[in-house]
Amino acid sequence: MGEILMVPALGRILLGLSLLASSFSALGSSSPSPDVRILSAERRVDLTSSIVKVYLTLKVENSGASHASDIFLAFSPTETEHLAIIKASLPEGKRKKKKYIPLDVNPTELSEAPNGAKLFSVSLINPLMAGETAVIEVLYILTHSLEPFPAEISQSESQLVYYRDSAVLLSPYHVVEQIMYIKTPTNKIESFTRVDPTNRAGTELKYGHFHDHPPYYSSPILIHFENNNPFAVVEELVREVEISHWGSLQVKEYYQLKHAGARHKGVFSRLEYQARPSINGASSFKQLLAKLPPRVNSVYYRDAIGNISSSHLRTDYQKSELEIEPRYPLFGGWKASFVIGYSVPLEDFLFESPEGQHYLNFSFGCPLYETLVDSLTIKVVLPEGSRSPSAVLPFGADQYLEKTFSYLDVVGRTTVVIKKKNVVPEHNVPFQVYYNFNPIFMLAEPLMLITAIFLFFSACIAYLHMDLSLAKKA
Amino acid sequence: MVAPVEPKPGGTLRNAFGGVLGFFILLLIGVLAFSIRLFSVIKYESVIHEFDPYFNYRVTQFLSKNGIYEFWNWFDDRTWYPLGRVIGGTVYPGLTLTAGTMWWILNSLNIPLSVETVCVFTAPVFSAFAAWATYFLTKEVKGIGSGLTAATLLALVPSYISRSVAGSYDNEAVAIFALIFTFFLYIKTLNTGSLFYATLNALSYFYMVCSWGGYTFIINLIPMHALLCIVTGRYSSRLYIAYAPLVVLGTLLAALVPVVGFNAVMTSEHFASFLVFIIIHVVAFVYFIKGILSPKMFKVAITLVLTVGIAVCIAVIAILVALVASSPTKGWSGRSLSLLDPTYASKYIPIIASVSEHQPPTWPSYFMDINILAFLVPAGIIACFLPLSDASSFVVLYLVTSVYFSGVMVRLMLVLAPAACILSGIALSEAFDVLTRSVKLQLVKLLEGPLSNAGDTKDENPTAQNDVLKADKQVAANNKTEDVKERPSKKNRKKDKENTEKAPVKSHNEKRLLVLPLEASAIAIILLVVLGSLYVIHCVWAAAEAYSAPSIVLTSRSHDGLHVFDDFREAYAWLRHNTEVDDKVASWWDYGYQTTAMANRTVIVDNNTWNNTHIATVGTAMSSPEKAAWEIFNSLDVKYVLVVFGGLVGYPSDDINKFLWMVRIGGGVFPHIKEPDYLRDGQYRIDAQATPTMLNCLMYKLSYYRFVETDGKGFDRVRRTEIGKKHFKLSHFEEVFTTHHWMVRIYKLKPPKNRMKGKTKKPKPTSKPLSGARRDGSTKKNPWQ
Repeated sequence: MGEILMVPALGRILLGLSLLASSFSALGSSSPSPDVRILSAERRVDLTSSIVKVYLTLKVENSGASHASDIFLAFSPTETEHLAIIKASLPEGKRKKKKYIPLDVNPTELSEAPNGAKLFSVSLINPLMAGETAVIEVLYILTHSLEPFPAEISQSESQLVYYRDSAVLLSPYHVVEQIMYIKTPTNKIESFTRVDPTNRAGTELKYGHFHDHPPYYSSPILIHFENNNPFAVVEELVREVEISHWGSLQVKEYYQLKHAGARHKGVFSRLEYQARPSINGASSFKQLLAKLPPRVNSVYYRDAIGNISSSHLRTDYQKSELEIEPRYPLFGGWKASFVIGYSVPLEDFLFESPEGQHYLNFSFGCPLYETLVDSLTIKVVLPEGSRSPSAVLPFGADQYLEKTFSYLDVVGRTTVVIKKKNVVPEHNVPFQVYYNFNPIFMLAEPLMLITAIFLFFSACIAYLHMDLSLAKKA
Repeated sequence: MVAPVEPKPGGTLRNAFGGVLGFFILLLIGVLAFSIRLFSVIKYESVIHEFDPYFNYRVTQFLSKNGIYEFWNWFDDRTWYPLGRVIGGTVYPGLTLTAGTMWWILNSLNIPLSVETVCVFTAPVFSAFAAWATYFLTKEVKGIGSGLTAATLLALVPSYISRSVAGSYDNEAVAIFALIFTFFLYIKTLNTGSLFYATLNALSYFYMVCSWGGYTFIINLIPMHALLCIVTGRYSSRLYIAYAPLVVLGTLLAALVPVVGFNAVMTSEHFASFLVFIIIHVVAFVYFIKGILSPKMFKVAITLVLTVGIAVCIAVIAILVALVASSPTKGWSGRSLSLLDPTYASKYIPIIASVSEHQPPTWPSYFMDINILAFLVPAGIIACFLPLSDASSFVVLYLVTSVYFSGVMVRLMLVLAPAACILSGIALSEAFDVLTRSVKLQLVKLLEGPLSNAGDTKDENPTAQNDVLKADKQVAANNKTEDVKERPSKKNRKKDKENTEKAPVKSHNEKRLLVLPLEASAIAIILLVVLGSLYVIHCVWAAAEAYSAPSIVLTSRSHDGLHVFDDFREAYAWLRHNTEVDDKVASWWDYGYQTTAMANRTVIVDNNTWNNTHIATVGTAMSSPEKAAWEIFNSLDVKYVLVVFGGLVGYPSDDINKFLWMVRIGGGVFPHIKEPDYLRDGQYRIDAQATPTMLNCLMYKLSYYRFVETDGKGFDRVRRTEIGKKHFKLSHFEEVFTTHHWMVRIYKLKPPKNRMKGKTKKPKPTSKPLSGARRDGSTKKNPWQ
């Protein structure tokens, strides 16, 4: 229960932050100051799954006279294209009491960076005064950045991928000292670009230390390594959340799943797949794990041609886990589509705001672990008769309203549609939809049914007591 | 003494109460009919079953998406590649239109049920309707009691359940309702002589024509009955009204259905109705003349008419014979011919004979499908003869003909089931009538016994007889009082008419009835109740265990719980998502409908077996060696070949077991496929004794490719033997997908080689079947069209 109460509170904070952020970006869109230097930069690139995670720790110093309120990060055009999320925070306190204060990150429209590099500004809470230093931690996630090579593999081969990056941090600032660690899933690394000093130890590659690189310096590297983790990509996910004030929340999720790794080539032999699963179809995956809310019920897992009879549901107080198997194991390039549906008690997700509005607090993003979503649509179907809906999200996304018709609706249900591209598990944070609803509307449909049945019986009675014949028989 | 006092206040109340009670019983029967068919949804899932329902489902989807006009013009290029099929003109649209309309109504009320859900539950809904129709039909024949009993029996009868469980979305599901309802309206017209019901009857017949090819049964049975009535001197104006409008309106309406069209007047199946139509007019005319002429003049007229009439008849018959003889099948379709001559199909049309439901039934299947009804039916026939009316003679005739048809084809057991239910219902109801009445009278006698005379055993019989007479008078009196008293509403007036019609019959009937001894009747009642409960238990078992499996997903119970075999859908889903939209998939025709519906891929042949040559081509390819098969498939643009293989898990209805039909049908069109080449000692074998032709044919190879590596021996669990040829390679096909239990295996045709290596000799003999296929296809007439 504690967690459940926490969630809206967190949502509020995020909401507040995003409001703050907009005001900041309005006044703080200056260009990167030449006086700021990066004293040390440490990058840790995690390549163990199909999603690339980069942890960046920067120590920034303002050596100029004026204060700097924004620190800029630079990304190459390809990185910008594949950037799913970027988060920055300010660590505070010592070891044990270390806290992270989230900072706001916004893309800028500055065009002064060479070669189309794109700048993102990190707005500091307290501007960096002259001579001061600060440590900023940045996490950014890149999708579709591992290119399978060879692009087609047969069943018994394992999957090799390319990862392209720069050994040196691309930055609008002068970087005094820097280092990069790259973590690969196995110690099978076919090749990697050497930029002295480079070290390789097991599953880790180390580039650096490098010293004194000017702004916008880069040194391309290419790493070719084995990655047999499931490259599960949901090409399109539509989540329909239907609120019923009778006490339940129905969720229906339509998945278009694809294995986005190296394409499968030639024969698929079930015999080899069953007999030697470890070396045959190493890059394929046959099951996925979905994290559903606790107290979930009426779970179903089906597709266009019926129920898929291979799933397990485990429930406990914290969460429910649904283990699903598509009808067949997915090899590179193979697709599958399915629907997961469930309902949860309404009181876990619907709350009333102090202003008297109802609001739904539900998690954004895809419930499948380690899976990225190319295009996510969330439709929140509000009960019939609800007014003035508004959605609050911790990040930007397209929103619009539409009408849905469900059981015996007359005017239709207002539906809030939220669309976002390139969604990663880090997007699984709560969002809110506020609306006004008068409970009297709940009675509309029962009353309609009662009236209809009443009229039917009245008609029957009337018919039985009427004599409609033209000629009266004697 | 006690009796005359009681009925006066109780009579009307009892009637009113009886009406309400009857209504609720009917409602419950409907609920029963619906809910007993839900076992498949509860035990499995809400899914379409088997083969044909998938086609109907696909058509319904098309209808609901594109509307009725598109539907009539639908040319389906997903099937019978490269020929295609005009769906709108070759399908009985009743079922799809019904479900489509239901879906449309629900959706316009904003009840968002999917097309699939509507399709799944169409059959149970119509079973309830069929039970109600049975009630009305039997009520017309023998009264309300028999009607309710018959409706209950029909709601439960396993034969009908087998075709109408939830998900079994097939023509028969609605057609049986239409059949019974048409018969009811015919009987109703016959009883009332009302033109209103005659028109309804024609409309109901139209619905039946829309729904099922079995409508020919109606259009032959009703003329037979009309003829029977005429021959036995039961001609009446009511018969005329029941029959003549049906033929005229019914034929006109039937011709509106594209799939029937001019067949409604051109084929021999319909001739009987026209012949009887002529006869009934002649008879009507004779009766009319007889009425206005003096007897002497009448005789003169008869001689005149006879001479002219015979001359005309001979001319007409000569023309008809010439017309019929000019058609190769004498104007009869293959399926109808195999009904008249049960050996016809096995002799000439292997494709009809290859379907298991077209085989003659065995005795156990009678017991399985109609259970105790088989024993009750004779009693029902006897009851129908006491007394024989137009309606009861119709029921008897219906039973007799349907017994014959069910003996020819298992499938037509379905037509027998309603007849059996009606007659058993009559039998049971009459038996209960007699037994309960004798119990009642005996009890009355027992109660008043001590009052009048305790010890006199000799007088017992006369008093009992007296009681019976009294009771009869009572009934008659009741009817009379009703006649006088109740006239307020239309409903009651109708009832009056029935009562006045039936009352004399009834009282006359009851006078002759014996009163059985108390003990005997009590025991008989108990036995009948036990018999009835046995029937119910059997039906529930049949519904739950025997007929609910959707056949698309199989289950088996082992010590570690339920095991699900969902291989078919695994394969279809794989095809749907991982092949190109326009790829062609070849498989034996059984899987055609499922492939188009579930995998959405183009197939070469499907379950609508309209083109024998095409099926024979696929059969030939399956029974040819790899290279020849590759060439046939390649010429048909086939990219994937799908085979069903049960050898690993022991699924018996796989392609190897169907293989004899592929050889037989293929060999029927392409003579180079000779069945004896595949037989060893007159048997199909796949073990070490198998012939080399068998071991080298494509079906064997695709089924058993790398099978030996699963257990080292290659033990086939269906045939219970080790396979003959264990290690071999495929040169023209490659395995692209095999399902979890190996039940479906999909192979891809390898692209043709850029350069032929060395062998230039081979193509010659193998290209022969193909050119043969083309030639035969163009010149040979389809033998069963």
